[in-house]
Amino acid sequence: MQITALGDSALIVRVRDQFEDAPEETLNEVFRAFHLLRDAGIPGIIDLAPAYTSVAIFFDPIIVAKVSGKPGGLFDWLAERVREIVTAGAHRGRRVRSTKTAARPVEIPVCYDPEFALDIDRVAEQAQLSAGEVVDLHSGSEYRVACNGFVSGFPFLAGLPKKLATPRRDTPRKEIPAGSVGIGGAQTGIYPLRSPGGWNLIGRTPLQLFDPTKDPPTLLCPGDRVRFRAITREQFESLKQ
Amino acid sequence: MTAIVQRAGFLTSVQDLGRTGFRQFGVSTSGALDSFALRVANLLVGNDEGSAGLEITLGGLQLQFEDERIVAWCGGAFDVEIGSRALPAGHVAHLQAGDELKFGRAQIGCRCWLAISGGIDVPVVLGSRSTDLRANFGGLEGRVLHDGNVVLLGAQSGSSAFAKATADKSPPATGISSWTAPHDWASPANRHPNLRFVRGVDWNRFDDVTIQRFTIHEFSVSPDSDRMGVRLDGPELKREDETDLISEAVAPGTIQVPPSGKPILLLGDCQTIGGYPKIAHVITVDLGIAAQLRAGDGVRFFEVSLQDAHGLLMERERDLERFRIGLSLQR
Repeated sequence: MQITALGDSALIVRVRDQFEDAPEETLNEVFRAFHLLRDAGIPGIIDLAPAYTSVAIFFDPIIVAKVSGKPGGLFDWLAERVREIVTAGAHRGRRVRSTKTAARPVEIPVCYDPEFALDIDRVAEQAQLSAGEVVDLHSGSEYRVACNGFVSGFPFLAGLPKKLATPRRDTPRKEIPAGSVGIGGAQTGIYPLRSPGGWNLIGRTPLQLFDPTKDPPTLLCPGDRVRFRAITREQFESLKQ
Repeated sequence: MTAIVQRAGFLTSVQDLGRTGFRQFGVSTSGALDSFALRVANLLVGNDEGSAGLEITLGGLQLQFEDERIVAWCGGAFDVEIGSRALPAGHVAHLQAGDELKFGRAQIGCRCWLAISGGIDVPVVLGSRSTDLRANFGGLEGRVLHDGNVVLLGAQSGSSAFAKATADKSPPATGISSWTAPHDWASPANRHPNLRFVRGVDWNRFDDVTIQRFTIHEFSVSPDSDRMGVRLDGPELKREDETDLISEAVAPGTIQVPPSGKPILLLGDCQTIGGYPKIAHVITVDLGIAAQLRAGDGVRFFEVSLQDAHGLLMERERDLERFRIGLSLQR
């Protein structure tokens, strides 16, 4: 575990150096650390952000200085507390053999019609597959939400079959419709809002991924297990209503 | 209990101290890019520090008030007028019903924050009244103000020192305080600012030549800067290794270096996760200066220790506490 300052009001806890060689174990460790830190309730911690190999902790230095009684060494104090919490939790987890963190299964219906799948030929060419085989492979795999980012509610999904990995487009599109499902490098994800973007578009979901009036505001949360289900254009329209 | 937006100006939005606690969902901080300026302005008008105000970019805003209000603003060097009277930064004005408040163009810097007694009354979304201009929620319908909009104002506590002092005057008249908030707080903008930084998470990925370029040369603010980040032109910053980094959290103040070698200083609307190497982080007390950077400005970066960054922040909080007590004694 490595703890580094991310400016004067945040720090990054890296639980592993690598992601791709063991995505599932790495994410389990990240989410375990995330839950342990969330439940520990260290005063002054105002936000947590898990991502791939790390958990970022955002804190209010004024409060941490007061709580620690060490205004000159508040970062070291906090880093030490974080290390204790994550290490102690990891040992406990091993004893009761409950290394599995709660992962909700979520199914996302996706219409892979050519109208929505603007770049599926590019992905197919790269993979040396037909467009139909790309759909089968993409909808036949299980993914895990590594983190939300880019824009509110954009899930970065790990677990894309290696064959489907396709470099981002050289020129990003100025506008991508909400619900667009894309492939960017070794990842797949869904654009929750109309936004610019450079990923290869292969389909669209009728579901709303981000709604700030809901709790939680995102359809997919870090750690969730995701499957895509291919739907027809008619099903897309009826689900959209 | 409203203010009418006669002219919305270039880019004006409702902001408070920002949104925290939702990073795991990819939700940006948003909020006043200089949260300290908004806190000071709020204290001046008798509001809670975290009340929602207006962030005005490059000026042009004109408001007319339906009822009596106390107002104050902090930020860049703007010409602000109530009728024909000037309202300088950090001074407090007691407005009468029908008064018009007009923001001219920014002379130095590019943003300022207007606090109005009672605050801007928009719904709290995900714990904040701030406008998220990228995801289009919060604030006034998730967008910037438009000409002709009507902005709802909250109930006034009447706790502004200046309101008490001017309340007995008859007939009621528009008044502007002679006293002011400390100049550094009210108007921190500068044409050639220095920003202090602590070493970035990926500092060691850059060689000595690059680090020297970063810490010695002046960088010029590029026109394609916005609330997400300030893009900087200057000597090219190159990384030693070209391996792709694993994406992880970024924060307002983070200076990341994309493959182009042109650094980007992230501001309040930045995304929560990024994959570019982070060479440095501007310290919290200097984020207000960063918020004033406009196209063509020259900026230099100076390293401080993490301890110094925290020391400066604590010192500023102590000063603000004194200021707060001073204001309450005037009541």
